[in-house]
Amino acid sequence: MAETARPGPMDAHGPEGGTRRDFLSLAATAVAGIGAACAVWPLITSMNPASDTLAAGAPIDIDISGIQPGQQIIVLWRSRPIFIVHRTPDQIATLKADKDAGQLRDPNSSADQQGAYAKNVYRSIKPELLVLVGICTHLGCVPEFTPQPGSISPNWPGGYFCPCHGSRYDLAGRVFQNVPAPYNLPVPPYHFVSDTVIRIGENPPDSTFDFNSIEQI
Amino acid sequence: MAAPQSQSKVVEWIDHRLPIFTFMRHELHEYPTPKNLSYWWNFGSLAGIMLVIMILTGIFLAMEYTPNVDLAFDSVERIMRQVNYGWLIRYIHMNGASFFFIVTYIHIFRGLYYGSYKAPRELLWMLGVLILLTMMATAFMGYVLPWGQMSFWGATVITNLFSAIPVVGNDIVTWLWGGFAVANPTLNRFYALHYLLPFVILGIVGLHIMALHTHGSNNPLGIDRKGPQDSIPFHPYYTVKDAFGLGVFLIIFAVFVFYFPNLLGDPQNYIRANPLQTPPEIVPEWYFLPFYAMLRSVPDILFIKAKLAGVIAMFSSIFILFVLPWLDTSPVRSARFRPVYKWVFWLLVIDVLVLGYVGAHRPEGWYVFTGRVATLYYFVHFLVLIPLIGIFERPLPLPTSISAAVTKGGGKLAGAAARMEKP
Repeated sequence: MAETARPGPMDAHGPEGGTRRDFLSLAATAVAGIGAACAVWPLITSMNPASDTLAAGAPIDIDISGIQPGQQIIVLWRSRPIFIVHRTPDQIATLKADKDAGQLRDPNSSADQQGAYAKNVYRSIKPELLVLVGICTHLGCVPEFTPQPGSISPNWPGGYFCPCHGSRYDLAGRVFQNVPAPYNLPVPPYHFVSDTVIRIGENPPDSTFDFNSIEQI
Repeated sequence: MAAPQSQSKVVEWIDHRLPIFTFMRHELHEYPTPKNLSYWWNFGSLAGIMLVIMILTGIFLAMEYTPNVDLAFDSVERIMRQVNYGWLIRYIHMNGASFFFIVTYIHIFRGLYYGSYKAPRELLWMLGVLILLTMMATAFMGYVLPWGQMSFWGATVITNLFSAIPVVGNDIVTWLWGGFAVANPTLNRFYALHYLLPFVILGIVGLHIMALHTHGSNNPLGIDRKGPQDSIPFHPYYTVKDAFGLGVFLIIFAVFVFYFPNLLGDPQNYIRANPLQTPPEIVPEWYFLPFYAMLRSVPDILFIKAKLAGVIAMFSSIFILFVLPWLDTSPVRSARFRPVYKWVFWLLVIDVLVLGYVGAHRPEGWYVFTGRVATLYYFVHFLVLIPLIGIFERPLPLPTSISAAVTKGGGKLAGAAARMEKP
């Protein structure tokens, strides 16, 4: 291919260092680049949740009248497990003790993992009814419900134990110290439609809690 | 081979260990191209770009599509209505198939007119025919995926072609289906293959380009380059010309995608597949119509039943292209210098258009007769006219070189075009 190894016209530059051709090349390349970027955008954004997927994330109503004291049910909201626990008076009593024992990473729920209506020692609207997103804040596994005191370790007050990497939470979903999980389990937006029905995905009327703004699912 | 005059130390470092920059420079910048290529030479790169567009949109469609007889149709409708820009991606993919065939067919007819299949480009041509065959299989299987009425019945009809094969035909069809009829196993394997084959095409395209770059492009005069005065570097001259052609092509493509997205499709395919009812008229996509016409046109020939004869005719119409370089006895490539072939070429174009027209209509009355004549002519063209014309035709005198035809003289080194820019 020696015959083509010769100075091509592209090497011909004006004395001032920039020619009309350089300008045209740059302009054309820029327009083509912007066009390509615009063409790629629909492809990229097509991978975001589709309209029906978003619509399926609407609030759901759950009848809680059948949940017995000490029992947990799990429902699915936005493809995520939601824990609903009817706590016994004994269990409620452990929450205060947990907080005072100084073993919790965030005993006062100061991290933004719940709305103001759940920023209390119970992390719930009514002390007996706990609602949590059942996803470990470490790496997304579903923690096991282990309410029996002493079942995990001799001084276990009852709570949640994540089988993946051993993270522990108490019966209000507050994370213990010295486990991999950094935050308390999130409380989803919910409120009482009636005494026996809660609506998950919707705040009480006076709250503006934005679930998308929480620290971590 | 000149070492690249690298702009940066990084480029130099990489190139010393992995000479991709040398390779690119050699295949694009230094690659000598005849300086007289017309716009008919744009369609190869256009086909390549269409392949990329199809693979890209296809991958994103595959993320939303479900290959199951109960879910496929709905998943496609979901793409159209729910997925962000799903309608756009699907319409690009759908119309992209048509435009891929348009540019490929023009590319093939350009090769026929200018004799691009002749020595030393026979393998280049045959690889191209192989690409066409793979494209057809890919397009057919892709059309089945939305699981509409035409998908289902098209798949039924085309797979049943193989039942015409004597003795083992029925077993082959069952094997293709993976069941007693076109059903879920068929849809699943078609999806798997529809995803696979484009990458096979990509591989063959690589070989196609390798073969092309061995002897370089043919040109409208059909004569070999005699020296540097006959060629210009591919880059920037033909990258710019290809880019301009691409711009024009994309405008036409966009008009279809945005304003007539369903013009080239069949409305029947927006009806969910129903194995209990065949639509009143089964028509393949337009790009298969000429072949479909041949399939239906052939009557019983001696002991060969019409069914088998039609299948043989249809497949032969493509396979005959493999041996075209040896059927053509003329040493002259370009039809510009072949007074008889020039006309016969256009007759073939008309013949294929007629076959396409016949293929779009029910095989009744006049269409049957026309279809038979057109099918017969197609094979007469390749098997009789092409060999005989090469022997009896008196070609016009060829120019002594590519530059000579342009400048009426020898032409000087360093490319006349370069100097004309600055008068």
